[in-house]
Amino acid sequence: MKNLSLIAYLDLKESIRAKWFLVYSLVFGGLIALFFIAGVTESQVMGFSGLSRLLLMYIQITIVILPIFILITTVRSISGDRDNHILEYMLSFPISLKQYYWGKIIGRFITVYLPVLFAMIIAIIYGAFKGAEIPWSIFFLYTGLLFALSSAFLGIAFFISSFVKSSEVALGIAFFIWIFLLAFIDIALISLMMQERFSTELIITISMMNPMEIFRVAAISLFDPELTVMGPVAYYILDTMSQKMFVFLSIGYPVILGLVFATLGFVVFKKKDLV
Amino acid sequence: MIKIDNLTKKFGSSISLDSVTCEFNKNDSIAIMGANGAGKTTLIRSILGYYHPDEGKVLINGYSPITDRVRVLKDISFVPQLPPPIKLNIEELISYVVTSSDVERALILHYANEMKLNIKENLNKSFFKLSGGMKQKLLIAISLAKKSNIIIYDEPTANLDPNARDDFYRLLKQNEDEKVLLFVTHRLEEVKELVNRQIYMDLGKVTSDERV
Ligand SMILES: Nc1ncnc2c1ncn2[C@@H]1O[C@H](COP(=O)(O)OP(=O)(O)O)[C@@H](O)[C@H]1O
Ligand SMILES: [Mg+2]
Repeated sequence: MKNLSLIAYLDLKESIRAKWFLVYSLVFGGLIALFFIAGVTESQVMGFSGLSRLLLMYIQITIVILPIFILITTVRSISGDRDNHILEYMLSFPISLKQYYWGKIIGRFITVYLPVLFAMIIAIIYGAFKGAEIPWSIFFLYTGLLFALSSAFLGIAFFISSFVKSSEVALGIAFFIWIFLLAFIDIALISLMMQERFSTELIITISMMNPMEIFRVAAISLFDPELTVMGPVAYYILDTMSQKMFVFLSIGYPVILGLVFATLGFVVFKKKDLV
Repeated sequence: MIKIDNLTKKFGSSISLDSVTCEFNKNDSIAIMGANGAGKTTLIRSILGYYHPDEGKVLINGYSPITDRVRVLKDISFVPQLPPPIKLNIEELISYVVTSSDVERALILHYANEMKLNIKENLNKSFFKLSGGMKQKLLIAISLAKKSNIIIYDEPTANLDPNARDDFYRLLKQNEDEKVLLFVTHRLEEVKELVNRQIYMDLGKVTSDERV
């Protein structure tokens, strides 16, 4: 246990000093600042107003950029340490592979999750200060969604990191996965839908296996289902299951997905030569 | 203490260790020599449990360094061929060693001092920003402070100036009793005083093994 927290703590400190972390924090903090400067909270568009509108815009952008951030910064964590012989030295101390691997994951999770959460908290505080009403249910949902989003992509990133041979390949795979989940699945499914060869239910179920799609729908699930921005998929889902059930699913499924990938990564890490 | 039995390790189709069998016991101080690519580093990494052998096995005090790595590594100190670009600062690296291996912090500082490494002024510096020689001195200080029964050095003096080498050999001399000391080296004349066994490797095999 002490080794686990030791690894997590040292990885956290190391990340916080890294340049990518600075960029990362600035991007999400800057996003919030930009929204306030642009007066997002004051205007009213399509029924969203105030802080809820700001938070919605924030999460919609975060859903797109957080995964690629997590993937490219993390995908090299183990493979990179292996490449430049850091593992050869660090693993010569009596630390179990389990503690090393999961300690790294925990450290990295805190690094990627806290800035996106803090940015949101700052928005809430600043908004309240300016007299806006705080949409607590949306805030808590997004806290959970960001947690789930971070877990899912961190798990995938560690999985890739455990088996790739070189850092360039790792980056390539990371980028491919991101663009695939972001756009390709949708494009493919839309074309299938237009050919009308498969039932809508099937297509929607497939699209919901994509964590990014789940987040997109979940992000708007607390808003009025009559709103046009919902789109047919969201409408269909919220029609088939209760809102509670869907929120539960949208957080639980990606977390489990992340854990499964992280565990697979650990199995590979343990099975393969360490250096 | 270390038993290597019929150990074979291949990378793809090339054989890096070819049915190596040997034993290292208490009070053995061994110089391992051989041309580049002979398999010395592969042998050492197998002892540390980093490689899954294709055949044969390694046992350390009866335990496998792969399945019992924590137990085995408690008793091994290791300095690699090249100090890696660890991004932790010195203080953090020391706390990594202290916490994971029950080493006394003061002892690391003591040996660093003996190696003439000015550690106090560099505690907040990243390890990878130290000069090659300073890195090696710190890793040597850590290896001695760990007080292991098995000490493994893979060409540790590459970056050290002659004075630092003398310090290093002096400290080793004080610490070699009742231990296994494994030394990969290209400079036999330097370690002649220390070692009592010389092993030559070539093409993944032990070609000679003699006590001196
Ligand atoms: N991780 C690896 N992947 C592929 N080949 C390797 C790997 N490690 C070592 N080798 C090969 O194994 C042989 C022995 O290498 P090594 O043990 O490092 O030699 P030495 O330390 O005696 O110079 C070399 O031919 C080297 O190219
Ligand atoms: Mg070597």
